[in-house]
Amino acid sequence: MAGIVKEEKGKIATRDGYGKGLVAAGKENKNVVALDADLSDSTRSEWFKKEFPERFFSMGIAEQNMIGTAAGFALSGKIPYASTFAIFSERAFELVRNVISRNNLNVKIAGSHAGISTGEDGKSAQAIEDIAIYRSLPNMVIIQPCDAIEAEKATLSLLEYKGCSYMRLLRNPLPVIHDIRYKFEIGKGEILTKGKDAVIFATGALLYESLKAADFLKEKGINVYVANIHTIKPLDTKLVIELAKKTDCVITAEDHNIIGGLGSAVAEVLVENYPCRMKRIGLKDVYGESGKPDELYRKYGLDAESIAKEVNKFVGKNK
Amino acid sequence: MGQSKRCKPHLEDVWLNSYIKMNNEKIMELRKIANEIRKESLIMIHKAQSGHPGGSLSEADILSALFFYKLKINPKNPDWEERDRFILSKGHASPAYYAALAMKGFFGKKELESYRKINGLLQGHPELKIPGVDYAGGSLGQGVSVANGIALAGKIDKKSYKVYVLIGDGESQEGIVWEASMSAAFYKLDNLIYILDKNQVQQTGTTKEVMDLGNVAEKWKSFGFNVIEINGHDMLQIIDALDKACSLKEKPTMIIANTIKGKGVSFMELNHKFHGKAPNDEELKKAMEELKLD
Repeated sequence: MAGIVKEEKGKIATRDGYGKGLVAAGKENKNVVALDADLSDSTRSEWFKKEFPERFFSMGIAEQNMIGTAAGFALSGKIPYASTFAIFSERAFELVRNVISRNNLNVKIAGSHAGISTGEDGKSAQAIEDIAIYRSLPNMVIIQPCDAIEAEKATLSLLEYKGCSYMRLLRNPLPVIHDIRYKFEIGKGEILTKGKDAVIFATGALLYESLKAADFLKEKGINVYVANIHTIKPLDTKLVIELAKKTDCVITAEDHNIIGGLGSAVAEVLVENYPCRMKRIGLKDVYGESGKPDELYRKYGLDAESIAKEVNKFVGKNK
Repeated sequence: MGQSKRCKPHLEDVWLNSYIKMNNEKIMELRKIANEIRKESLIMIHKAQSGHPGGSLSEADILSALFFYKLKINPKNPDWEERDRFILSKGHASPAYYAALAMKGFFGKKELESYRKINGLLQGHPELKIPGVDYAGGSLGQGVSVANGIALAGKIDKKSYKVYVLIGDGESQEGIVWEASMSAAFYKLDNLIYILDKNQVQQTGTTKEVMDLGNVAEKWKSFGFNVIEINGHDMLQIIDALDKACSLKEKPTMIIANTIKGKGVSFMELNHKFHGKAPNDEELKKAMEELKLD
C-alpha cells in the first residue's frame, strides 16, 4: 500500500462523515437547517435531527419540494443542507437548475448511495450520471469525498462557502485515508503518491482502488502519481495540467459514467491546455446491476486489479 | 363584474365590516391602479413584442390589492427583514408585477421599457436582482415550494411576516404544487397565503380542455387549507379575503380568485391565443380605448 492507507484505521462510509460534519455544522452555526426526503437514516442527516430536532425538516418522499423549500430557507438567511439519494436528487433536477443554481442560492445538496457501489439495489438506485448533469450547471460546486474524514471536513467547509453545491456520498464503508489533521480545501486536489510513468486522477471510492493499483504497478516497475480529485467542479486545473506535463500519460478513475464525469472534466482541461494521451476508467456508458459492491467493481473494471491492468496496458503503449 | 360569484356566506359580514374599514375612495383608488397596471402591462408587452398579456390582465386586481393595500413592504428598503414576502409563482405574468413594483416605487417607471430587452433590468421572468422581487419565479410550480421555505424560516425565527404566493390554475397541473401544499399544511404554515388566479385558460386552451383540475376548492380543503373563494376582479372581495386570510390560525389559506384571462380587453378575454402573444399596434390601440372606459 503506498504507505497511505493504514488498515487499522478501519472503514467508514462517506455518508457517515457527512452526518458527523452536519452535526458539527449545526453546532457551529444556528442558522444551519437540514431537510431530508424520508431517507434520513440512510443519509445520516438523522444524526442532525437527534441533536437539533427543531431545525430538521422531514419533507416526505417529495424531492422537488425539498429542493424548493431549501431554496426558501436560503432566501431567508438560513443555511440548508438537503439530503437524499443521489439518484432521487436528479428527480428534482429542474429545480436544482432553475431555483438553486440559476439564483446561486446557498443550498448544500447531498446525494448519497451514488455509483454502482450502492450494490444490491441495482441499477434503478445507482446514480452514474449525477456528476455529469450537475457539472453542466453554472455556479454549482461538486465534491466527492474519498473517505469519511474528508466528507466531514468538506461538509464543514461548505458551511463557510456561500453558494450552491452538490456533495456525492457513498453507501459503503471505505478505508480511511486521511487523518484528523487533514486540511480540506474546496477546489484543491491532493497528490498522494508520486511516479513519473503516469498520473491517475481519482475521485470517491476509486481513490482507494487507485492507490492499491499503484502498489500493484510498483511491483511491475511502473510508478504513477495518484491524485485525489475531491472537487470535480471547480476542477483543480493547475494540478491537472502540472501532472499531465510531468507524465504525458493521464488516467482518470471514477464510479460514474465515463461521459460527463471526472474523465470528461480532465479531458476538457487538457485538450485546451496540454493535449496528451488519456484514458478514462469508469462505467463505459452502461448501467450497473444488482450484486455485491466488490463483485460489481470487478465486473465493471473499477477494482484495483482492473485499474492496474488498464494502466499497465496504457503505459506500455506509451513507452 | 357583479357579485354573482360571491359564494361564501361569511363574506356578507366581512363585506359590511369592510365598508366601515375601507371607504369607497380607497376601493376606487385600487381599481384605478389595477387599470393602470393593465395598461402598463400591455404597453410593455407591445414594446417588447413579446410577453404574456392574458395572465397579466387577470391578476391585475389582485396585485393592486396586494401592493397598494395589503403588503407590509418598503420600496426604500426592499430587503427589509420584517417585510411581507410576495412570490409570483406564475412568473410569465411578470409585466403586471413589474408595473406594480414600479408604481409602488421600487424602481423608476422608465425601467418598464427595459422589459425583455438585452441588458435590461426587467427580464422575461422575474429575477432576484430586481428591487422588490422576493423570488425569481418562472418555471411553473416552483415558487409555491420556495414559499414553504420562507414561511418555515419565518416560523423558526418567530417573525410576523406573511408569505403570499400567486399561482395560476394551469400551473396547478404541476405535481410540485401539491407536494408543496401537502407540506404547507403539515407544517401548519398559517403565515402562508396562496392566491389562485383561476383565469380558466392556459396556453393551448381552457384548463378544462387541457387538463381539468376538478374542484380546486375541495382539493385544497382536503389538503388541509382554509379555502376562501372570491370573484378575483371584485376589489372589495379581494381585500376582504386577504384580511380574513391573515387572521386565520393553524392552517395555510388558499384564496381562490375566480378571474377571467385577458380581463378588461374584450378580444383577449378567455382567448388562449393571448396567453403568450404580444398585441400589434392596432390591437394595442383598441385595448387602450377599452381600458380607458374603466
